[in-house]
Amino acid sequence: MRTSTAAGPGRIGWALADSWTMTRRELAHWARQPVQPAVALVFPVMLLLMFNYLVGGGRGVDGDNTAFLVPGMLALTMAFGLEGTMLAVTQDLTKGVIDRFRSMPMASGAVLVGRSAADMLQSVAALAVMTGVGHALGWRWHHGPEAAVAAFGLLLLLRFAMLWIGIHLAMVAGRPEMVQAVQILVWPVGFLSNVFASPESMPGRLGAVVEWNPMSATATAVRDLFGNPGGTGGSWAAEHAGLLAVLWPLALVAVFFPLAVGRFARLSR
Amino acid sequence: MSDAIAVEGAHKRYGEKRALDGLDLRVRRGAVHGVLGPNGAGKTTAVRILSTLLRPDGGRVEVAGFDVRDEAAEVRRRIGLLGQHAAVDEELGGRQNLEMFGRLHHLGARRSGTRADELLERFGLAGTGRKPVKRYSGGMRRRLDLAACLITDPEVLFLDEPTTGLDPRGRTEVWSAVRSLAAGGTTILLTTQYLEEADQLADRISLVDGGRVVAEGTADRLKDRVGGDRIDVVVRDAGRLGEAARLLGDQVSVDEDRRLLGAPAPDRMGTLSRAVRALEEAGIEAEDIAVRRPTLDEVFLALTGTAPRAHTTTGAGVAA
Repeated sequence: MRTSTAAGPGRIGWALADSWTMTRRELAHWARQPVQPAVALVFPVMLLLMFNYLVGGGRGVDGDNTAFLVPGMLALTMAFGLEGTMLAVTQDLTKGVIDRFRSMPMASGAVLVGRSAADMLQSVAALAVMTGVGHALGWRWHHGPEAAVAAFGLLLLLRFAMLWIGIHLAMVAGRPEMVQAVQILVWPVGFLSNVFASPESMPGRLGAVVEWNPMSATATAVRDLFGNPGGTGGSWAAEHAGLLAVLWPLALVAVFFPLAVGRFARLSR
Repeated sequence: MSDAIAVEGAHKRYGEKRALDGLDLRVRRGAVHGVLGPNGAGKTTAVRILSTLLRPDGGRVEVAGFDVRDEAAEVRRRIGLLGQHAAVDEELGGRQNLEMFGRLHHLGARRSGTRADELLERFGLAGTGRKPVKRYSGGMRRRLDLAACLITDPEVLFLDEPTTGLDPRGRTEVWSAVRSLAAGGTTILLTTQYLEEADQLADRISLVDGGRVVAEGTADRLKDRVGGDRIDVVVRDAGRLGEAARLLGDQVSVDEDRRLLGAPAPDRMGTLSRAVRALEEAGIEAEDIAVRRPTLDEVFLALTGTAPRAHTTTGAGVAA
């Protein structure tokens, strides 16, 4: 009855299989409770429409506001994914089923990897919906499909970094109620970026903070790749947005991935 | 062959509180071992350490011959855990849960599916369909939880207060499941607050308090030391309490506030009918009269000479 691990696909193979099983668990949750993931898809669309028609995004940018706003909103959507990840992890950790997972011979990191894979799939869906809505609003990319693919790659890389920050913060916070505090903090961090306005329209020091925000780097790099208008900038951070849009997320993952995995392993203390 | 469970001097502390304070436990293969103690005695901490969910601070802890700290993966392959709270995914259906656990036990997709169906059938859950577990009754949830423990026929099964919160029918179901598993050779360690439950199921019992074992032995031997069942009589007229006490024998406890007399009832129904007759002949009216198992407090008093340090649930054991 007992299966031998030696005869199986090996340690890495099992780790991947376990992670896939955990990913399927998240997808099954969504299939049973479609409202929550649907809201997660609709919310950024609502923000995009609000800023496009009501608030008037693209402050300080010459020309097409929508073309400035859409790539920024894509970056913001990726960053705000942090909340969803945090909420899901804190909810999961309070459930008895985590004890079952931890007392089973499965790969110990599979619970977290499953979470991250499911969230990445959700983000791909969110990008697809936002891209469709952006298209309907008249937004286009101008540098061909390869550049567009690269842009989506950078956006997902930002999401991946946010994901591991979210998992780590969730385990530090512990309880779902604590997530609310982080949810409130996410907003100023999200808005201290060039998503809605060019840093040039802001007072000096604030503009510098905004330019070095990882979200700004991704937004600027993505605008360049799509061929959409960006803040003309001229600062080092704005000139090297593409580099920063790769380095920032990688650095965040390098810090928060080991922290999150270590924290999960220390649940047994 | 080594014991199924071997614990020597296990320690675990949370800040100032010593949850385990030198716990010793030996369970031979195939045995059913009861760990009996009040809330806060360290029972759950012990189970969580044995099932690799918690690391002990010190001492030797081995399950199925493997160290829970250094060989956790080997231990996990050989155990099942039924915790106090259902360890199943509430959003998913019963079959979805079991199939997922089968995959995580590396049975493969097909075998996981057939195993899930087998277990659903065995625990009377076939036909529950896609209904999410959160809409199950308490008894159904417990049965699914137990089924999830048995995906790979574990060598050692840990049951942490398996019947707490269940109605009498649910409790009977769990008891019969434990008996059939024990008959199949599974080593079982179960914690409980109820002497009755330990007595019904376990070959040997460890009485724990303050994170250590304060008495250990077979159920019969512990019961002999406790003095077996008790008879309670509530007398209507407080003025005749003394008179009634003399009729019940010479080891009678008297609680004047509650007009309650307690006495040993070695032959249960015989003692009961003699008491009823004697009171009737003397014309003493009884409001209530019943035979019951000793409470956990009385067990502690008889075996250790003191009340348990940790809090006992009132009414524990009376349920018999």
